[in-house]
Amino acid sequence: MAVTPIVISGLVFRRGGRAVLDGLTASIAATGITAIVGPNGAGKSVTLRILDGLLQPDAGEVRFGRGAGADVRRALVFQRPALIRASVEANVALGLAAAGSGLGRAARRERIAAALHRVGLGDRARDPARKLSGGEQQRLALARALVGGPDLLLLDEPTANLDPGATEAIEELVRGEAAAGTKVILVSHNLGQVARLADDLLVLDRGRAVEHGPAQAVLQAPRTAEARAYLKGELPWTAFAAA
Amino acid sequence: MMESLGQAVLLVGTLDREVAAIALLSLRVSLTAVFLGCLVGVPLGAFLGVTRFPGRGVVVAVLNAFMGLPAVVVGLLVYLLLSRSGPLGGLGLLFTPGAMIVAQTLLVTPLIAALVRQIVEDADRELGEQLRSLRLGSWRRAFVLVFDTRFSLVVATLAAFGRAVSEVGAVLVVGGNIAGFTRTMTTAISLETQKGDLPLALALGLVLIGIVLAVNGLASTVRAAAMRAYG
Ligand SMILES: Nc1ncnc2c1ncn2[C@@H]1O[C@H](COP(=O)(O)OP(=O)(O)O)[C@@H](O)[C@H]1O
Ligand SMILES: [Mg+2]
Repeated sequence: MAVTPIVISGLVFRRGGRAVLDGLTASIAATGITAIVGPNGAGKSVTLRILDGLLQPDAGEVRFGRGAGADVRRALVFQRPALIRASVEANVALGLAAAGSGLGRAARRERIAAALHRVGLGDRARDPARKLSGGEQQRLALARALVGGPDLLLLDEPTANLDPGATEAIEELVRGEAAAGTKVILVSHNLGQVARLADDLLVLDRGRAVEHGPAQAVLQAPRTAEARAYLKGELPWTAFAAA
Repeated sequence: MMESLGQAVLLVGTLDREVAAIALLSLRVSLTAVFLGCLVGVPLGAFLGVTRFPGRGVVVAVLNAFMGLPAVVVGLLVYLLLSRSGPLGGLGLLFTPGAMIVAQTLLVTPLIAALVRQIVEDADRELGEQLRSLRLGSWRRAFVLVFDTRFSLVVATLAAFGRAVSEVGAVLVVGGNIAGFTRTMTTAISLETQKGDLPLALALGLVLIGIVLAVNGLASTVRAAAMRAYG
């Protein structure tokens, strides 16, 4: 099914006597790219893990339309691509292990080839995955996430370790995927990237949503002190990194 | 001493029938035990490496303790099981190569399981979350991580083989060191040394050391080449 609006209400996640998420509430549109930014430790990665189903909140809930999301196909790409010591295509096949359980062998092969082609690794299928460059590894991780045809694509700082060229390649893929109807939620510290990709922007601070609105509006005129502080702190760094 | 060594080298060099037969029996027993130990130890260790359940810590601690099980005590337990009045006495295995295989299997299975558990758990720390996100169940994650760590697991398996082929306590107690039937390299070495047939003992010692060195050399070569190829 396609993703219906994602309603996050009152998420609490406690670890070590500390509330990592402290009543996070947000309503996220069913389509387009939603960016999440915020200081380190704000709870961005935990939020993505809860959306993916890897972690259970201690309180609050996430609703996809009227359901709890069991029928929403989700895929999560981490900052560091976690690849097994096997060929490129074997790594993509992992993305079908559960999601493509109803497919025959030929259909699987086709899906895998198509996913690799999509990320520009069509001629690398037999290469050892861990021998790819950083940018290629992240594109491979993206192919593995996409091969099952996710409704919701969760990206946790997917370009944090990449050079500008590789970053641009990933951004292009993400943009295309969102245009094709996949809902994307992207965590990023790269505000230039957020400006380039995001439709809406959610600013987290200490486990709460402090601001949420159209990306350009929030970037240019943040209304809360926390969002202002974060965006002001990141901007010079982003300009420096891009130089 | 030098004279014995010279005769020993001659025995090995001429592929002396007795030396060869003893070495082959040792290899057969230990390789079979390691194979059987892998059948149980690899899935058990891998499953423990990817799952968390109440009491898991105890199971892991017991397994780690069993790694250091004294071979001669394992031999004694198998002896009691297989002796004519024991619960499995009817099988008639005592003082046969089969009994030695049983004893060595019991010896290496916890060793293999414990090493696999550690290796797979380390890999799980790196890849487990991604595999769970891909909605793989426990057994499938275990399988994928065994595959991912296959080169390290070969080394673990060879460590188990080294332990089996060089131990003397268990095979002596349950095999009885019967010439031409259950005499292995280690039991022969200890017997021949006592009898004073130093050339034969030394020859077997050389073969044993050669096997262990060759296996380990091969293992590290294969592993290094594989790691270079797969990253
Ligand atoms: N599974 C976990 N167990 C314990 N603590 C966690 C866990 N996940 C995250 N944390 C803690 O929660 C805080 C927020 O983490 P995270 O969501 O990763 O922040 P960020 O916004 O930088 O992505 C961190 O202090 C982290 O140590
Ligand atoms: Mg994070």
